[in-house]
Amino acid sequence: MSDTPVQTSATVLTVRQVQDYHAMTLVAPAIAERFRPGQFIAVAVGGRHTARLVRRCFGVHEVKSDYGGTVEVVFRDTEPGTSWLAGLKARDQLDLLGPLGRPFRLPRDPVNCLLVGGGPGGAVLFALADSLLRRGCRVHFVLGGPSARQVFGSRMAQRIGDSATVATADGTLGDRGTVRDVLPRVIDETAADVVYGCGPTDLLRSVTQVAGDFGLPSQVSVEEFMQRTGACGTGVCMTCVLPVHGDDGVTRMVRACADGPVLRGDRVRWGDLGTIPFDALGAPRVLSTGARGVTEGSDR
Amino acid sequence: MSDRGSGERTAHDRTGHERTAGDRLRTSIGALSLPNPVLTASGCGGTGRELAQFFELSRLGAFVTTSVMPQARAGRPTPRVAETPSGLLTAMGLPGPGVETFLEHDLPWLIEQDVRTIVSVAGDGVEEYGDLSRRLRGVPGVAAIEVNLAAPNAGDRGGTFGRHPAAAAAVVRAVRAHARPGVPVLAKLAPDATDIVTIALACVDAGADGLTLINTMDGMAIDPHTLRPALTGVSGGLSGPAIRPIAVRCVYQVHAALPRTPIVGVGGIATGLDALEFVLAGASAVAVGTALFHDPTAGPRILRELDEALAARGIGSLADAVGLAHRPAGYVPPQVRPDELEKERT
Repeated sequence: MSDTPVQTSATVLTVRQVQDYHAMTLVAPAIAERFRPGQFIAVAVGGRHTARLVRRCFGVHEVKSDYGGTVEVVFRDTEPGTSWLAGLKARDQLDLLGPLGRPFRLPRDPVNCLLVGGGPGGAVLFALADSLLRRGCRVHFVLGGPSARQVFGSRMAQRIGDSATVATADGTLGDRGTVRDVLPRVIDETAADVVYGCGPTDLLRSVTQVAGDFGLPSQVSVEEFMQRTGACGTGVCMTCVLPVHGDDGVTRMVRACADGPVLRGDRVRWGDLGTIPFDALGAPRVLSTGARGVTEGSDR
Repeated sequence: MSDRGSGERTAHDRTGHERTAGDRLRTSIGALSLPNPVLTASGCGGTGRELAQFFELSRLGAFVTTSVMPQARAGRPTPRVAETPSGLLTAMGLPGPGVETFLEHDLPWLIEQDVRTIVSVAGDGVEEYGDLSRRLRGVPGVAAIEVNLAAPNAGDRGGTFGRHPAAAAAVVRAVRAHARPGVPVLAKLAPDATDIVTIALACVDAGADGLTLINTMDGMAIDPHTLRPALTGVSGGLSGPAIRPIAVRCVYQVHAALPRTPIVGVGGIATGLDALEFVLAGASAVAVGTALFHDPTAGPRILRELDEALAARGIGSLADAVGLAHRPAGYVPPQVRPDELEKERT
């Protein structure tokens, strides 16, 4: 088994609607056999002569050994690229890169794990749960979203998890409220040793904070930030950077795709996402803001 | 996949002389001889490590680094990129580790990969460019220096050096003065100058051994959801196939004015035929940029497609195709061998 990603032409097996999302299963044995939970694939959209040059990146929900090896991703249709994907049919071909990025670190011992997800990002937790259960860990889920249709995998979580707690803002499923509201209670009840998270950035921020309050390590996938800011998925384009402080206490702008998407929650400067903190390595010493904005070429 | 796509195949040129594909694609930029004409474009190949996950870098004609600056730079806040029709808009803010870290950490690794490395430099002023060039002087493994003239010129209220012949020439002169003789200096120009030919002439007069055409053009996108500029940098550099016709025009015009100056053509190259278009316009080499974001193996693929395109047209060597579009219709190029071309240029 090799650690390096591959570029491959994958065959679409199914694309189905799951609540407000789309689940797409692709036959990609080379990616399936290399995959570790938390990693993602980068998909070219629009066909061979596409005018859309940004790859769409999705965390992998599930890997199966059918047809030599399949990967399944879950995504929300938000723009023309994802619409094109949602419209694909069985036997269509897709250009894939993967598996990309750094996976979740798994505990050596069988411990109590809390998996916290929101929106389509919650999908990647199921591949993780699989690995954790195989290691004898106890797996507890907390899933949240604005309403029932935006909570992915609540039934599956109940089936495979030792417990599953759901919170929706409008109360259409589980508790009325946010993940943040239920998290302390669930950490207490499950005697969690470690917290994993994947979902919107504000959810990850809460997960990190609450885990920190309990003195627990947290590992979060900043997939959603990467989808919003990135372009390549491979680390060449340097567009999906976020401020993370290292062992040496120095804040660096690291790439969500290549240095993540899984990061230690306590290392991410959540309040500074979308900025270059003044104390970050290489931060501008003079902030110049002009009405025109400084214009530069792209060799940057 | 075999190295260079078709290392074993031979092609018959019009004289019936057999050449290997390896020979057919050989090219040079001034004193720098390259096994093939496909380069990475500065700022698009990362450190090289990211692409090396997908193919051996030594298969490229050369690897062009992201612009190196004197100090580490974090660059701009996100969002740094926006997708536009057949293109990308980027405003990065020249992020990078700084020259010392680059020399310690990145360049040795590239040399280990056995790939010729062209170091792109950018500075905040003429002096910084000169200092960088001096710093690179004694460093083995610097095959050429590319001068990124799109860095903001602090003395010009946010304009860039490359927009003004005098400013561009001053930077090129500073880099050339400190660079080791025999190491070619390439000036990389953006198309949104008043007249790119004037800038090109100024750079060549100032000692540029070659030109890289083109850098990105200024563009802007506004996000219809936030109702604000899509990029933190407000405007950004437009790249990708959207600017290819402009790039081809620039290469054609500059080659017409400076037929002996080697040109690296860059701007929206995504296929072998795109690369051929630049060669016909007058480029001796091509650089692949935005395509690498979409397809990390674009370099070797484009090289293979270019090789096939030349063979299919009965063109014996890449050198025979350089600037061919400038010739009258029906003109059949003489079969110049690359080594004779070298002699002719010196």
